[in-house]
Amino acid sequence: MSPEAPVRASQAPVIRALKEAALTGLLAAAVFLPLIAFTTVQSMRNELMLETQWGLFFSFVAIVVVARFLYFVVLAPWLERRPSKPIASSAPVPAWRSALTKWFTPFALGFVAIYPIIVILLTGFGGAVKWIDNFGIQILIYVMLGWGLNIVVGLAGLLDLGYVAFYAVGAYSYALLSKTLGFSFWMLLPLSGILAAFWGILLGFPVLRLRGDYLAIVTLAFGEIIRLVLINWVEVTGGYAGISGIPRPTFFGIPFNASEEGFAAVFGLEFTPLYRTIFLYYVILGLALFTAFITVRLRRMPVGRAWEALREDEIACRSLGINTTNTKLTAFAVGAMLGGFAGSFFAARQGFISPESFTAIESASILSIVVLGGMGSQIGVAIAAVILVGGTEIMRELDFLKQIFGNDFEPIRYRMLLFGLAMVLIMIWKPRGLISTRTPSVFLEERKAIPADLLKEGRG
Amino acid sequence: MEVFVQQLINGLTLGSIYGLIAIGYTMVFGILNMVNFAHSGVFMVSSFIALNALLILTTWLGVSSIVLALLIILVVSMVLTSVLNWTIERVAYRPLRRSFRLAPLISSIGMSIFLTNFVQVSQGQRNKSIPPMFGETVTLIQGRGYDVAISYEQITIWVVTAVLLLAFWYLVAKTSLGRAQRACEQDQKMAALVGVNVDRTISITFIIAAALAAVAGTMYLMYYGVVNFADGFVPGIKAFTAAVLGGIGSLPGAVIGGLLIGLIETMWSAYFSIDYKDVAVFSVLAITLIFLPQGLLGRPDVEKV
Repeated sequence: MSPEAPVRASQAPVIRALKEAALTGLLAAAVFLPLIAFTTVQSMRNELMLETQWGLFFSFVAIVVVARFLYFVVLAPWLERRPSKPIASSAPVPAWRSALTKWFTPFALGFVAIYPIIVILLTGFGGAVKWIDNFGIQILIYVMLGWGLNIVVGLAGLLDLGYVAFYAVGAYSYALLSKTLGFSFWMLLPLSGILAAFWGILLGFPVLRLRGDYLAIVTLAFGEIIRLVLINWVEVTGGYAGISGIPRPTFFGIPFNASEEGFAAVFGLEFTPLYRTIFLYYVILGLALFTAFITVRLRRMPVGRAWEALREDEIACRSLGINTTNTKLTAFAVGAMLGGFAGSFFAARQGFISPESFTAIESASILSIVVLGGMGSQIGVAIAAVILVGGTEIMRELDFLKQIFGNDFEPIRYRMLLFGLAMVLIMIWKPRGLISTRTPSVFLEERKAIPADLLKEGRG
Repeated sequence: MEVFVQQLINGLTLGSIYGLIAIGYTMVFGILNMVNFAHSGVFMVSSFIALNALLILTTWLGVSSIVLALLIILVVSMVLTSVLNWTIERVAYRPLRRSFRLAPLISSIGMSIFLTNFVQVSQGQRNKSIPPMFGETVTLIQGRGYDVAISYEQITIWVVTAVLLLAFWYLVAKTSLGRAQRACEQDQKMAALVGVNVDRTISITFIIAAALAAVAGTMYLMYYGVVNFADGFVPGIKAFTAAVLGGIGSLPGAVIGGLLIGLIETMWSAYFSIDYKDVAVFSVLAITLIFLPQGLLGRPDVEKV
């Protein structure tokens, strides 16, 4: 991982590897001893009882020792032998690479467009709901949130750790307005977006002159404040219990239910809950593509160019006469609006919302999707959302692991654990995210991707 | 009046805990310019270490003296938490030292999620509660129907915090290690040129941060008598608020900020609304950053081109 001290000639590599492995083992033992070897359970008399798990403890330490040993014996020599890449790659891009970049987007779009059909063909009507809902819709919500936050973080370079607040504003706006005033989903979708944007401006105005890390913390605090208000303002929001029975969206006025006026009856089909799921899938797909579309268009507008300039160098921007506060505020508002759209879709899809869904961890997950994907790269963000959200959703499906580890083993418990680990590992592997090249929106003669090694960012 | 004095005592106790955590934030921020999100997780882990150590001591080894047990727990928790934080720095932050600005931040968020869930999986989701350690109080003022009292736990927290802060102040202000640390804070490249081992200094910073967080974690366990895997987050943000309020990068600032935040929280709970006490603290954070970005004792952030 990091350059080790040069190997002394007297030490054979295997001995050195053994030494390192032993040291790492000691360290791992110290770290795991209090947390794995011992655990506590509540006894019948409500007293804490100590339990030991030596087997688990020693297997963890053993895994670490073996991994470290193999790293030194196998991986390190291999890494050393590998020729180092030249920094600025002036070498021609291999043909498969350019073909991949060229065809990836249309192929991916085609795939998501027919995804429900593929799923139905593969699993039949019965199993399809789960796969479309848990994977399709869930991932697309995060793709949309990622793309929305990408405008704030990726384009304007503002580190926002409270994005979930706007998601919450959108969700609660839809839930409250549709329940009290009876407005339809299609009326409230833009309205909740506007409300969220309004909150974005309100919160953004005082804090946007702060720099990077401070902005992150203040937005984190704002996100928490909104969540705490949602919890404590019981008369309006229902507190922890949340709001249930939120009206579901209709297909141009035709509800998705088993009644005479329902979607299935009107179109002469047999009733299944699948139609609503497929409808919701295309709604969120449309919303996500809308987000992508306006991002692409905004990047070519003066305001979008100002955002990117701001990300690269704020001081230069100011000296060129760009009003940085307004520019930041527009980015914040547009990002918040898209979060609001996603939130109202979320409320409509779930039919139930509570403050549980809008925790700071959620904000951190969305931010990590953006950063892991590569800030500013829409394809990267989408890929990161598929890997992280899809990966954690897949953990729900790994029931066969119970046969290996026994019935107590619930893969779902390890979801966030692996999520956090994946964040650390991807950062170490690719600090600038999966797709780190940048495509400028202004160019001379031909469009060229700029490799990450040549980038440097200003203080945003 | 009685309520005020009682809340003052409670606030100072809480504030000592926040101050101890805040030092960790402020030191790491000072030297690496990064908000260490995993610090709240480290704090929470340390209170679990203390819990398990306490149970081993009392139920297995039959240590009956509370003071002795507490001392051993404190040392064990400090040592093991330091090892943990050293490992975290080595694994998750050092490879990213020279890389893109947001990379260590994201890595620390990932580490924080990892720590929380690791404890949730390995130690269980339920609250872990222990019986009160001393359970005795000293009555200060006999009021009409309301006595002002200090518990032995509170006295312990004050004494331990004061002693450790003195030791820590000596370490930073008078030793060569402290000098190296302050040099790295100002300019890492320059410090390296004059012979300061930057990597080692940063590692030691993480170790000290963890040791103080471990004291806070042990005190937290002793004071509240209950820990949960999710308990790190809120004290973590409050401690960060304390660090910002005191002026990030300033060590006395972190302690003063911590005490202030503790007082604001307890006073707000006593006189306004206990439901909105966290909102009050977070608002303090936002207000400080907007009107007093350099904090009470911090240096103003000079922007260089």
